[in-house]
Amino acid sequence: MVGPLVQSALDPHSPQGERLRDLIWIFTAVCGVVWLAVMIALAIAVWRRRASAAPEPSALERAAELRLTIIVGALVGMTAVTVLALTGLSYATQKRVLGRPLAAGMALLVTGHQWWWEVEYKDDEPARTFTTANEIHVPVGVPVTIRLRADDVIHSFWVPSLMGKEDLIPGRENSIRFTAARAGIYRGQCAEFCGAQHAHMALLVVAQEKPDFDAWRDGQIRSADDPNEPERQKGLAAFLAKPCVMCHAVRGTSAAARVGPDLTHVGSRMTLAAGTLPLSRGTLAAWLADPQGVKPGSQMPFVQLDPDELNAISAYLEGLK
Amino acid sequence: MPLAIAPLVAGCEREDRQYRADPPLLDARGAGRQYTLGERYLNNAYHLSQGKRLYASFNCRGCHFDGGGGIGPALMENRWIYGGTIADIVATIREGRPNGMPSFRGKITDEQIWEIAAYVLSMSGNVSSAAAPNRDDHMQGRPAENRQPTPPPPGDEAPKLLSP
Repeated sequence: MVGPLVQSALDPHSPQGERLRDLIWIFTAVCGVVWLAVMIALAIAVWRRRASAAPEPSALERAAELRLTIIVGALVGMTAVTVLALTGLSYATQKRVLGRPLAAGMALLVTGHQWWWEVEYKDDEPARTFTTANEIHVPVGVPVTIRLRADDVIHSFWVPSLMGKEDLIPGRENSIRFTAARAGIYRGQCAEFCGAQHAHMALLVVAQEKPDFDAWRDGQIRSADDPNEPERQKGLAAFLAKPCVMCHAVRGTSAAARVGPDLTHVGSRMTLAAGTLPLSRGTLAAWLADPQGVKPGSQMPFVQLDPDELNAISAYLEGLK
Repeated sequence: MPLAIAPLVAGCEREDRQYRADPPLLDARGAGRQYTLGERYLNNAYHLSQGKRLYASFNCRGCHFDGGGGIGPALMENRWIYGGTIADIVATIREGRPNGMPSFRGKITDEQIWEIAAYVLSMSGNVSSAAAPNRDDHMQGRPAENRQPTPPPPGDEAPKLLSP
């Protein structure tokens, strides 16, 4: 449904991700060498066991004692140098990846909710800002700064192929930066346990070439089109008459609530309910018919609809491209 | 010893989460038999905290503020213009009342109305303190709901001021 998804810190598609991957491999290699050296030393010690089972403790050999003291001292020194070097390397990499503010590029605001991601595209021109959910599109090669907030509990934004984790903490704002190097679809996941449906709190980052991204953005800025088909018109009427409007917004209609995900272009997204289901008319109907069966504990309530209303609303939502 | 165990037993199932509404509740929209279901909302921590979340989401605060009242009447002093049982409060939310309380029938699902009504009762100490919410997601403007003193029986003298 969504093509090949990339989700691995070892398969980076951004310069920041590459630095972190290098760091992972350097740590693994250095620690692997140290582990191997310790194992070899241990094996030698076991193999060259003492000549007698009960040596005389007071019989010290001055030259051998001195030699051992020097060896142990040197090893302690090397351990300290290794730990300090790795700490310094980790600090330098993180400073490079996280520390330098990017003046240019694109700015986004992502707010974590139980259990979905609200995404606001900022622009100097207010008419070009818009809100969407659970799917972030970015242009390839443009630095993206994402400000991170949380609405209820602590979440963590993690798109492994693009960048490391960053927590979203209620009452404060963090930020994260990355530059997608190649077009592709990168899967992300909440990385801080945040409640019953933490596992179903995924997001997609779609990196596109600039013209494709601009076309997508222009599409998202537009209000929803008025439906032409009679079934979708019935769906819109039912949507506006039912409790849907207490939480959801569809720009261009009277539904303007900000509690749940913005549905203006829900039909253009690849997944439903924060990556829980692939998006289709069928899954929309299933979601409306039994949200607590699909995602138990989700804030989406069960709303009583007749079969006709259910069909019409799913058709209406699926057509919101 | 029995006294020590009693609160523990009372705490059992306080957090029993029932995500799907009861079929009888859904069948009997507006019918009298729903009114027997109030108990399970009043003593269930999950429903109360959902009610608290919805109270904020649906902007009950806009008029009733954080329970202290303002544009609408106060909800935390246990004086009820239209009755103080959970069924009365459900009716108030669902059908509306004169002088400004709008009707939310068909706008908020019945399940959610029951949760909000249970939360409203927790503001005046009318639910078990073992189940009432004990914290806010945001800054707290008053002591948490589970610290509200149990109110005097109705008909007593005017309510005392709550100590902070």
